[in-house]
Amino acid sequence: MPPDSMNLMIGGEAGQGLVTIGQVLAKALVKSGYHILVTQDYMSRVRGGHNTFTIRFSPRELDSPCEGVDLLVALNQQTLDRHAGELNPGAVVLADTGLSCGQAPCLGVPYDDLAGKRYLNTVALGASAHLLGLDLDLVAETLEKAIGMKKDGKVVEENRQALGKAYEWAAGQEHGLRLPGPAKQDGPRMVLGGNQAIALGALAGGLKFLAFYPMTPSTAIALTVIAHAAQMGVVYEQAEDEIAAVNMALGASYAGAPAMVCTSGGGYALMTEGVSLAGMTETPLVIAIAMRPGPATGLPTRTEQGDLLFALHGGHGEFPRAILAPGSVKQCFAAGYRALHLAEKYQGPVFILTDQFLADSLRALKPFDLGGLAPVRPGGGGASGGDYRRYEITEDGISPRRLPGMGPELVVADSDEHDQDGHITEDLELRVRMNHKRLAKEKGLRSEAEPPAFQGPEDADTLLVSWGSSLGPVAEAARRLRGEGQGVATCHFSQVWPLEPKQFVERLAKAGQVVVIEGNATGQFAGLLNKEAGIKVQRFIGRCDGLNLTPEYILRQLAS
Amino acid sequence: MASIKDYGDIETAWCPGCGNFSIRKALIQALVESGLAPHQILLVSGIGQAAKTPHYLRCNCFNGLHGRSLPAATGAKLANPELRVITTSGDGCNYGEGGNHFLAALRRNVNLTVLAHDNQIYGLTKGQASPTSLEGMHTKAQPTGVHSYPFNPVAVAVSMHAGFVARGFAGEVEHLAGLIKQALAHPGLALVDILQPCVSFNKLNTFQWYKERVYKLGEVERHDPADWDRAIKLSYEFGDRIPIGVIYTNSRPAFDSYFPVLEKGPLASQEVDYGVMEKVLESYC
Repeated sequence: MPPDSMNLMIGGEAGQGLVTIGQVLAKALVKSGYHILVTQDYMSRVRGGHNTFTIRFSPRELDSPCEGVDLLVALNQQTLDRHAGELNPGAVVLADTGLSCGQAPCLGVPYDDLAGKRYLNTVALGASAHLLGLDLDLVAETLEKAIGMKKDGKVVEENRQALGKAYEWAAGQEHGLRLPGPAKQDGPRMVLGGNQAIALGALAGGLKFLAFYPMTPSTAIALTVIAHAAQMGVVYEQAEDEIAAVNMALGASYAGAPAMVCTSGGGYALMTEGVSLAGMTETPLVIAIAMRPGPATGLPTRTEQGDLLFALHGGHGEFPRAILAPGSVKQCFAAGYRALHLAEKYQGPVFILTDQFLADSLRALKPFDLGGLAPVRPGGGGASGGDYRRYEITEDGISPRRLPGMGPELVVADSDEHDQDGHITEDLELRVRMNHKRLAKEKGLRSEAEPPAFQGPEDADTLLVSWGSSLGPVAEAARRLRGEGQGVATCHFSQVWPLEPKQFVERLAKAGQVVVIEGNATGQFAGLLNKEAGIKVQRFIGRCDGLNLTPEYILRQLAS
Repeated sequence: MASIKDYGDIETAWCPGCGNFSIRKALIQALVESGLAPHQILLVSGIGQAAKTPHYLRCNCFNGLHGRSLPAATGAKLANPELRVITTSGDGCNYGEGGNHFLAALRRNVNLTVLAHDNQIYGLTKGQASPTSLEGMHTKAQPTGVHSYPFNPVAVAVSMHAGFVARGFAGEVEHLAGLIKQALAHPGLALVDILQPCVSFNKLNTFQWYKERVYKLGEVERHDPADWDRAIKLSYEFGDRIPIGVIYTNSRPAFDSYFPVLEKGPLASQEVDYGVMEKVLESYC
């Protein structure tokens, strides 16, 4: 029986072109009918160091990366030294004949004879492509698409030759690598990661303004919006700092442009005063945070789910907010779209909380269905003309929002406590009413909370609870345990605030034990479940070494 | 046509004799003379006494955070090119807390009118030194005197080739109104640094102090605002004599002009083309 899935790891220094090989292989695998799931592990440097690009591929849909390597493409010695111990039985290593493979089952590639060091990555690509059973023309075409824009014709041609020679060389080698069979192609597949999907979801929801300050691992959200800005009529700016970014977005949103900022923990720290301003002025704002391990600069290019409570509590004063925590690339698209709509409806900050793992995790998806989608329409509601009051006190807390300059009404927004017209007040009785008016919006947000998704038996002995990017690894760990006959179910939250206990308390109470699994050291969501819904969490499994959760990691922790 | 009455007669929390009253008067006059009605303008401010200005005339108002008027105004202008966006904040807000934004705004050159009420002191927090306080000024927070060299916003703006740089004086209302009117007409970022006495806390730079020093550019000898070298010299003249007027202008294109989408009007009235969106998605296949 062919294997269910296979793990291909490419390792090397930054600057060796391993991401190019990885992306070309990922796309070629998808075009050949496979599902893929990419994890990228890189150091915070542009040259040198040690990086890996791992593609798990399978004929079936994948929702998690896994440990163990079946094909290791080593572009340097460090890759062999670090990862030889992760090889599965039957694995193959592709490495330069000059590298020392030790006991590993190695195919020595004569890079110098095939094309020379300049095309090292292309040779590695050609050899791997053959081992993976990929069509040479398909790989060549994908490579040309990837580098064609950047390089001149001569370089493209030399790459093509190196690719062909390496492919041919690999055809003459004995290796015994067993491949999972491809699935039947059923239409086109997009290849994209979480950051790109958030950007595309926001564009589909009517995003018109984006401001940002570059910060790993969030930058690709902005770069994706910018890549399509001219087509989609979006105005964007790389601000002087995150403080400027959030205030620009608020100014734009106040003036009627659905707006988003993107950042990571440290940048969000600078934005928090602006988040509070969104709460006070009741200005719609989407804040996408791709988390990385902290405190402070932490591990800039690694992953963690350590900023949940910070996203929840960032910003002084009390005001409502929503936090979406998509668990997959597909959910990232939905979150981008939904966040804009929620922000507009409830006139305040809405967060999309992901992490480096999901942000950089490429997956193959059918093109998102745009049917039934509608853009956010800012403004509207309430009396017009001279009777218009921006902060009119209403039962649900939602006041009529008008746009300055787009009608006769004057729109007054104020960061001070204000009256219903928006002007500064120190009437303390009115302050209490205005504060309650703003907080009343939380009820509406709660009523629209996305319920958690359950999988597995109702009366499970063990219920594995997760949020955000932990979705896939937890689901696969549970599937494997169910395969062994254990009564294990899962519960995943793709929205972590506000929580609506009615949606999950009963089901959680039925479980033999509740285990919360999240990528941090202190069990932030476990604590939140207890505080908000009185859930007694029997066990918490965390991870804070900068790497993503895997099914194997979870199984090891459960067994210990 | 808009009239002064349209802008209302609103009670303020400013001290009697505060320079802000004259600045408000000059601003309203400039708006009326520019044919702008309250709903066509947006006043964006930070925090401070000057930053309360948007509450004291009828207009669209975004009274945001201390130091952040420029980024908020930038966002609003880039969302609705038809709005006339004016910022009104003090020296602490613009040059202290918002210093980085001030530099970035000069570089960016978005079509904004920046009115910096510069009284060389923090008024709202009761009399600490500001970035423009002169060396040696004593306050409760600087009991041995200000030791930092004063920030010169006009010189900084000219040195960075900002599109429109002027200095006004709250004691010369007609002249100031003329400057604001020119600033409103400038298609790019226009800075008007306005000298303003603080009657409660600045006992050094009083009305009399300014009155003895300011002189109007062009009255004695001609000044060509396109002459950058002379503008630099003038911008450093801040002692026995202080020039007021338009110090420097150029015709750098406004940042807004690089977004063709803004030629079609406010972003809020533009549709999302799902046909194009589908093509965007296809590009990932």
